[in-house]
Amino acid sequence: MAKGRVEFKEDICKGCELCTTVCPVDIIFMDKTRINKKGYHPATVVEMDKCIGCANCAMVCPDLVITVERF
Amino acid sequence: MAVIFERTKGLTEVETHYCPGCTHGIIHRLVGEAMVELGILDNAIGVAPVGCSVFAYEYFNCDMHEAAHGRAPAVATGIKRVHPDNFVFTYQGDGDLASIGTAEIVHAAHRGEKISTIFVNNAIYGMTGGQMAPTTLIGQKTTTSPQGRTVEHSGMPIRMSELLATIDGAKFVERVAVNTPGNIRKAKRAIIEAFKVQLEGKGFGIVEVLSTCPTNWGMTAPESMKWLADNMIPYYPLGNFRRPEEAE
Repeated sequence: MAKGRVEFKEDICKGCELCTTVCPVDIIFMDKTRINKKGYHPATVVEMDKCIGCANCAMVCPDLVITVERF
Repeated sequence: MAVIFERTKGLTEVETHYCPGCTHGIIHRLVGEAMVELGILDNAIGVAPVGCSVFAYEYFNCDMHEAAHGRAPAVATGIKRVHPDNFVFTYQGDGDLASIGTAEIVHAAHRGEKISTIFVNNAIYGMTGGQMAPTTLIGQKTTTSPQGRTVEHSGMPIRMSELLATIDGAKFVERVAVNTPGNIRKAKRAIIEAFKVQLEGKGFGIVEVLSTCPTNWGMTAPESMKWLADNMIPYYPLGNFRRPEEAE
C-alpha cells in the first residue's frame, strides 16, 4: 500500500467536514478541542502513518486547505 | 516523497467568501487547474457573473471582467471578437445563466461564439437568500416555494444542457457533478475538453456542473452531497450531449 502524508492549512479550513466523508482509511476528524482563526473546528489527522496518499480529501476540499505528498 | 496535490497557480491566494462546504471552491480549482495544465493562464480572460460567484474575479489568477447579471456571454463575445487570440471563458450560476441571462447564453451559443462557459447549477438562488430558480426541483422547498415547487405554478425545472445541445453553434455540451472525488476528476476532464474546443477554434463549449448549496438547502455539506446524488442527478443526467465531431 502506498504511503502518503497530508498537510492541512488549518487557518483557512471552514469546518465543512467533506474531507472526513471521503477518506478511505478514515483518519480525518474535526478537532473539537480547537478553534481556528475563522472560528471553526479545523479538520486534522493524527494517525498519519495510515495515510495512503489517495488525495480524495484534497480533491473534495472547497477551500484548498490540503497538500498531499506520496512516497 | 513527491507532492501530488497542492494549491493550483490558476487561483490567487485570496481566501474565498463561499459558505463552508460550498462546491464553488472545488469548481474554481478545477477551472484554475485546467488553465494551468493547458498553459493558457497568461492568455486567459474570464468573465464573472452576478450571484454567489460575483467575486470570482478576485479568485482566478488571470485577467477577469465583471458583467451585468446574466450578460457574461455578451461581454465575453465582445472580448473574444476584439481579442480573438485570447482564451475567453464565462463562469455563471443557474440564476444568472438559466434565468435572467437565458437570451444571452442561447444566442452566444447560436452564433457559435468561440468562448467557453462554466455553468454552476445548484438548483437555487444562493446569494439572494435561497429563492426558487428555474432549475429548482419539483417539491424542493425554497424561500419563495415554502411548500415545495409545483409544476402547476412554476413548470418543470429547465434542463439547460439539453436545450443548448439542440443549437448548431454549440460544439461541446456536457453535464458533470462534483459530489464525489471520482465525479470531480471527470468534471475536470470535461472542462479541459471544453476549453480545447475553443483553443482549436471549433466554437462554443459549455460544461454544466451540478453543485451544492448547503446553506440555502438547509443541510450540512456531507448531506448536501448526498442530496445532489439522490435528487439532482436523476433529473439532470450526467454525460456528454455534444462533441465537435457530432455537431458537424
